[in-house]
Formats: sequence, structure tokens, C-alpha cells
Amino acid sequence: MRPSLRTTLFLAPATAWLLCMLVLPLMVVIVFSFGERGAAGGYVPALTFENYGNLGARWAAFKNTLVLAPLGTVTCLVIAWPLAYFLAIKADPRWRTLLLILVIVPFWTSILIRSYAWIQILGGNGLPRIIGELGLGRPRLINTPFAVMVGIVYGYLPLMVFPIYVALEKLDRRLLEASSDLGSPPWRTFLQVTLPLSLAGVATGSMLVFILLMGEFLIPQILGGGKVFFVGNALVDLFLQSRNWPFGAAVAATLVIVMLVTVTLYLKAMKRLSGGRDDVALM
Amino acid sequence: MTKHRDHIPAKEFLQRLESLRKGSISRRDFLNATGLGAAAAVMSGAMPGLARRAFAQGAIGDRVVIATWPNYHDPADLEAFRAATGAAVDVNVFGSNEEMLAKLQAGGTGWDVVVATNYTISTYVEQGIIEEIDLSRVPNFDRSATDPRFADPGIVDGKTYAIPRNIGTTGYCINTNDLAGGATPATWKEFWDLARGQLTGRAMVHDYQLTAIGNALKYHGYSFNSVDPKELADAEALLIDAKPHLFAINSDYQPSIRSGDAAMSMCWTGDAVQLQRDMPEIAYVLGREGGELWSDFFTIPASAPHKEAAYALIDFLLEPQMAAKEALFHGYPTGDARVDALLPEEMRNSPILYPAADLLNALEFGAAVTLTNPDRAEIMARFKAA
Repeated sequence: MRPSLRTTLFLAPATAWLLCMLVLPLMVVIVFSFGERGAAGGYVPALTFENYGNLGARWAAFKNTLVLAPLGTVTCLVIAWPLAYFLAIKADPRWRTLLLILVIVPFWTSILIRSYAWIQILGGNGLPRIIGELGLGRPRLINTPFAVMVGIVYGYLPLMVFPIYVALEKLDRRLLEASSDLGSPPWRTFLQVTLPLSLAGVATGSMLVFILLMGEFLIPQILGGGKVFFVGNALVDLFLQSRNWPFGAAVAATLVIVMLVTVTLYLKAMKRLSGGRDDVALM
Repeated sequence: MTKHRDHIPAKEFLQRLESLRKGSISRRDFLNATGLGAAAAVMSGAMPGLARRAFAQGAIGDRVVIATWPNYHDPADLEAFRAATGAAVDVNVFGSNEEMLAKLQAGGTGWDVVVATNYTISTYVEQGIIEEIDLSRVPNFDRSATDPRFADPGIVDGKTYAIPRNIGTTGYCINTNDLAGGATPATWKEFWDLARGQLTGRAMVHDYQLTAIGNALKYHGYSFNSVDPKELADAEALLIDAKPHLFAINSDYQPSIRSGDAAMSMCWTGDAVQLQRDMPEIAYVLGREGGELWSDFFTIPASAPHKEAAYALIDFLLEPQMAAKEALFHGYPTGDARVDALLPEEMRNSPILYPAADLLNALEFGAAVTLTNPDRAEIMARFKAA
């Protein structure tokens, strides 16, 4: 068998998958986005730009997503990096596997159930009550952007921890020794060796979390009480309540474009940060 | 949904029994808390003498899927159906008819029974979503027992497409303890003013265009069913203005009212009955300006994969004794005179279930046009996205 034929054969399933599950649906979305809503909802073929003209009506959803998705990503990063560092470098190797399993354990329960648990914790009889008993007033936590952020960080943290852990774990310890031998104080070694070499993990983790967050709808739905609205929620509403498929398709297509732009900018920034290495951002 | 526990410690059981004897809890609460109610229901379902019709085991398959509303069926009754027929009932709960319609239009729901509200039936028939009911397969349905006002939306062009289940109103429930001594409100105007004033951060609105928009229209004194662009614009302005003050936009409001997080919510008859059972401080208000009067129906989608089981389930739930037992749980009047006769005195006299004539006369049935009107759909979506 010629190598090229073999390559083609091996790649066929993935290609077919991408074609049927990504490219075709995306084309449907684009075609639908120029259509009109049927009398009882759904899609009627047409060629109109009206759906894109109406995007302003969902500005708040885009704004919420574009604020909370990066904020959630950064918060995850700030919490995950020290944790990953501890797991990879500081933790006793005998305990490391157990600790890693503990990071995954939450995934054994559905995110839906775990989010419902947060309703109880953040609801009036949960944390606010405890805070109230301490005489610090009774804040409202549930159905606020704060509650959504808590849910996001809680749900997505492991996705950030693991790539950073992997990057730090395979870090060549001899580099640290070399840096020290050449007279660098520990903080300098950290800033000039450890941190830059973890960037690949940071980039991967951030991409994973950010891209998933841009499409998030479950956590805002459950912990935001229908008040903290993401583009994902707008899409669910347009397809599953108001049945305006063409407008929904236009919102979806716009979300894809916004995502492409932000991810491209992010990759460029990461490339510059890591001194022009192409592979860092994609690991 | 009521939670039935597997067991109850002996000590707690005796305490509950004592409370029951002293009258500090109702018989219903006792049965629920101890699990005896569920046990009795399962047993009664399993006893051939009690199940009215003998279903040949396995003849209807092992599964039936129903799309219905929150807090609408006693899980014990559905379990009794499984015990009697061998078909387990898979319950899909929805917050609005629009959500059901969206799923039905997209196809592939796998639903066998859909509990649909009066204003959807004509559209469902036009779109070929539901099929005519074969009345010979629901012997427990007696047309003459239901007020035609409630049953008629189920009949299109002289054919029966839907069998009335429950009837009710849409008002609002309010925790009177949160009114700080103020008088209990009586109008939709007060609902929206309280939501933006005294009860800011603690009011809930349905995630449902018909009632959310309809009751905002009532604030201005317009028809609940209006599709007039100017009137809808006024309603939207009110919704958007109220949004930052709301606790949530959600049709499943009982948990939030019970926990005390929310003090007031748009509310259906049965939820008000269920809430008041445990929280006497909850008042149910029908806005004097009017609002919604509705009837729900059992329908069978044309695409139902288990039609035999669908008929069996509908007939099972329509049987008057069973329907009365369900009514005790969900707190909606069934609209069926045979069932009314079986209800306890206090339910028959309840102003929540059977409101005074002057309040009732102000109410409107939802109109078919609101289901498909694009402006109402978009206003609801904008309200949520704001």
C-alpha cells in the first residue's frame, strides 16, 4: 500500500465525521440565517439580511458572554495554575495519583445535578443564611452573575488544571538546575524557566475553557434564573421557544465568527508571548 | 414533586402519627411523610379488583412517554399504572406550550401523550401534529360530565382531538408574611408595582410568553390575548423595566417560594393549592383586571411510538377515582363533574379551585393566535435576553 493511500484511509473516518457533523450543519446554519420564520415558526426559504440586521436585539447576550467567558477563563487560570504546580512539582509522588483522581471525581456526577446542588448552596437558606447568622447582612447570591461565575469556575476548573499539570510535569528538571547553577535566584528561575514552559498548558487549558464557555447555556440557565443570559441561552430560546430558526441561525453564525476572531487574536497574542513559537498555543 | 422515602425511622413514624392524631398535620401529609400513601397507591394499582380495566400484561409494551407540566402528576399514580400494566411512565416536564410545540415541530420527540393547553389544539390539528382520538379506547371519558366551555377547544371540525384533563386559572401567589402588614393585593397592577417596589428582587415571572406577556398587558388594562403592536410594545416596556427587579424568570417557581427566596410569583391554580397546603401564609390572587382561564387536554401525537400505551395511560388517569386521587395531589379542578363529586368538602369549597363568579367572568381563554404570533415570541425572547 502506498503511504498516501494509507494516510487517506486512516483519515477517512475523521474526515467523514468532520464533514457530516461540522461542515454540513454549518452550511445549513448559514443558509437558514438568510431565511424567514414560518407562520407557526420554523424556517421558510428566502434571501434576506433582516436576521443579521436584528442582531442588536441580542446585544445583551453577546455582551454577557464576551464578559463572563473571558472572566471565567481567567478566574479558572488563577485558581488552576497554583494547583497544577503543586500537583506536578510539590506534591509527594506517592499521593499524586490520588490527588489527580480527586480533581476528576466531580466529573463522575452530571454537571446538571452538581449545578442544582449549587442552587441550594447559594439559595437563601444556604450561604446567605450563614453569612446572615454571622451578622454580615444577607446577600442575594442565587440568580446573579456571581452565582453563574461560581458555577462556571466549579464546572470548568479540571479542564484548566490538567493541561497545565501535564506541561509542568514533563518540565525538564535539569533546566531548573542549570538556571540555579548559573546563579539565578529561585524567583528568577520561576519567572524565566518554569512559567514560560507552562505556557503551552496554559494556552491549551484556556482555549478549552474559553471555547466551551462561549457556548455555555446550562449554568446560566440554572444558576442565573433566566436573568444572566448567554448567547447559548438566546439560541435555546430562539430554537426551543420562539421557534425563529432563521434568526437563531444568524445568531449562531455570528457567534461562530466572534469565536473565530477572538481565538485568532488569542493565538497571535500567545505566539508573541512565547517568542514566536507556533506550537505553543496549540501545544 | 413529592419525595417518597424508602423507609422512615420508627421514632419519626410515631411522632408523625401523634401529630396526625393531634391534628397538627393533615392525613395527606402523614401519608406522604411516612411513605404509606405511596405504598397504598402501589398496592391498589397492583390489585386486580381495584384497577378497573384489566390490561393484559405486556400487550401495551413496557414504556409510555408523557410530556406534561411541573407538579402535575402524583408519581405514585404513575407507578400504579406501571404496576397495573407493565408500562413504565417516562415523564418529560415543560414550562410552556411553546417549548412543547418547538420540540414537536422539530420531530422525533418519542412522546406518546402530550398535555396541551386549550389555545394550542387548533394549531396542533392544522399542522398534523396530533391525531383524532378514538373515543372507543377511552371508555372512562364521559363528555357529558365536562362543561362544554372547557371541553370544546378539544373538538375541531366536529372531531375530538383532545380530551379535557384539568382546568384552572393563572393568577399569582404571594407570601403575605413579606407584605409587612400591608393589605393583600388584588390586581395585576399591584403585582407589577410590588415586583418593582416593595418586593424587588423577590418576584418571579413565568418563562412562558402567554402568561408573562398576557399579565403585563393586563397591567395596562389590555386584553390578555392582545397581538396589537402598540399594546405589545407597552407590555414589553413593562417587562423590560421589571426585569432587573425580578428574582427569576422560571415556570417552576414552587422551590423558590418554599425556600423563601421568592415572595411572589405568577402561579397556576394547582401550585397555589400545593403551596398553601404547607404554607398557609401563601395567598392566591386573581387579578381583578382579568387574566387567564384555561383547560388542559390529553392529546396523542401522530408520531407517538406507543399508541396502545398512550390510550391505556389516558384512560387510567381519567377513571374518576384515580382522577380524584390525582386532583388531591395536584390541586387542579378536573372539570369533570364525576370527579368533583368525589373530592373532599374543603376542596370543593376552595376559592382557589373554584373562584367567585365575578373574578372568573373577567378571565379570558388563551387565543390560538398567541401561540404562533411572531411578535409575542420575539418580545418574550427579548425580555429574557435583556
